[in-house]
Amino acid sequence: MDDFLAKDVRQAVDTVYRTESRRVFATLVRLLGDFDIAEEALHEAFRAALEQWPVEGVPANPRAWLVSAGRFKAIDAIRRNARFADVEDFESFAESIPAEEPAGREPIEDDRLRLIFTCCHPALAADAQVALTLREVCGLRTEEIAHAFLTPAPTLAQRIVRAKGKIKDAAIPYEVPGAAQLAERLEGVLRVIYLVFNEGYSASSGEALTRPDLSLEAIRLGRLLVELLPEPEAIGLLALMLLQESRRPARASASGDVIVLEEQDRSLWNRALIEEGVARVEEALASRRFGPYSVQAAIAAVHAEAPGTRDTDWNEIVGLYDVLLRIDASPVIELNRAVAVGMRDGPAAGLALVDAILARGELSGYHLAHAARADLCRRLGQPKEARLSYQKALELSRQEPERRFLRRRLAEVGA
Amino acid sequence: MKYLCLVYGEERALAGMDDRHCVAYDEQIRASGQCLASEALQPAATATTVRVRNGKLSVTDGPFAETKEILAGFYMIEARDLNEAIQVASRIPPAEVGCVEVRPIRPIRETVKANAAKAAAD
Repeated sequence: MDDFLAKDVRQAVDTVYRTESRRVFATLVRLLGDFDIAEEALHEAFRAALEQWPVEGVPANPRAWLVSAGRFKAIDAIRRNARFADVEDFESFAESIPAEEPAGREPIEDDRLRLIFTCCHPALAADAQVALTLREVCGLRTEEIAHAFLTPAPTLAQRIVRAKGKIKDAAIPYEVPGAAQLAERLEGVLRVIYLVFNEGYSASSGEALTRPDLSLEAIRLGRLLVELLPEPEAIGLLALMLLQESRRPARASASGDVIVLEEQDRSLWNRALIEEGVARVEEALASRRFGPYSVQAAIAAVHAEAPGTRDTDWNEIVGLYDVLLRIDASPVIELNRAVAVGMRDGPAAGLALVDAILARGELSGYHLAHAARADLCRRLGQPKEARLSYQKALELSRQEPERRFLRRRLAEVGA
Repeated sequence: MKYLCLVYGEERALAGMDDRHCVAYDEQIRASGQCLASEALQPAATATTVRVRNGKLSVTDGPFAETKEILAGFYMIEARDLNEAIQVASRIPPAEVGCVEVRPIRPIRETVKANAAKAAAD
């Protein structure tokens, strides 16, 4: 009987760990003012739970119990380490640690948002923001993050240590930015989330085309952010990720080869994700405060709802790219618009635009620009031109499945 | 927290700034109590670099590093945290033509004193 109970309690602790540990951590960081002390306190709190819950039963509010236990353990640890020259210093420090949760509002949800904004602070290096967010907000282990980004674990660990050092020494505050800075800072958070997603959706190098775990983690983060801070662009980014993710099963063959949009088996697209994504796009656009992520999501939604390439509303897509160029002009967006024009008005019209963009030189090192040009030439029946551009794209591409795709196309146009 | 805001920029761009504009900001931040010290520097051409190696003094002309952006002035400020320091730095007029490096002050005197006290207690 006792064994049975002990097993139940252990299971309860495991469940609480999975669902609550990052929340408890976020609050402990606020109370203790230090990432490392909070991490240690979190582990001590769960160790205490494993000892005490089998005897005393699982508390009514496990989260509050863990926060309070973690706080006590931290003060205890600091006392034992005797970092303080005299007792008076210690007492004043211990008193400076806030005791209880202010009643009323959900301060714990605010803590999670504080944690996100701190990890994505623009004063931290971009790669450190990504590593820290995955480590502290998502609770991924350093080894897991290192593996996902094909980085040696010690390098990644060093990056995290340095970022935590800067948070402490430069006094990066643990707070959600005020209204005046919120839009700008939210942009930074969204950039980190989308970077994580993209690394999982089209890995920038290496053997595999995608690393789905990373994309799912980014979607989880996106959902959390929308739940905590339902700003239109946060909703737009979530929609964009859901709609891109919906195509994953159709993007690669069983052998890991790239399948381009027009050749994808659309029955493989994940309808549930599309439905959710489309609803989110509508929500974001209805706000009238949307930005580039929402517009990109709207473009993805047009594709998602079309039965095939020919039935796609290319006119609407070109129009959405025009909106996107007005908000956030970039040569890559111009290139995508040119490809859409090529679908709407025929390959000659698209090629004229792509050539004009390439002539400016900004995209001459971008493999997809040459691949797009090659494709338009192929459709125009200009195999010689197509060959040259596929070769150029192949020289510039570093991703193996993409290179195989380009070699296949080269063979098709008679290399 | 104390931060030192180091103002950098290309000399030509900085020379194009209106001094009255800079002094107006300086007066404003000093009045706010947030500024502990601030000065503008003479051009880099007036700089002298001093080194001591093996007890031997070496004096050379110019700043120690050849860079396009030179140190043009500084503000020592008191701020609650980095976010507040960034807000102050963003209002320093040369931020519009050059850049401002925000560096937290290392509490070196306090650290040395605390270490000495700890050593004495042990």
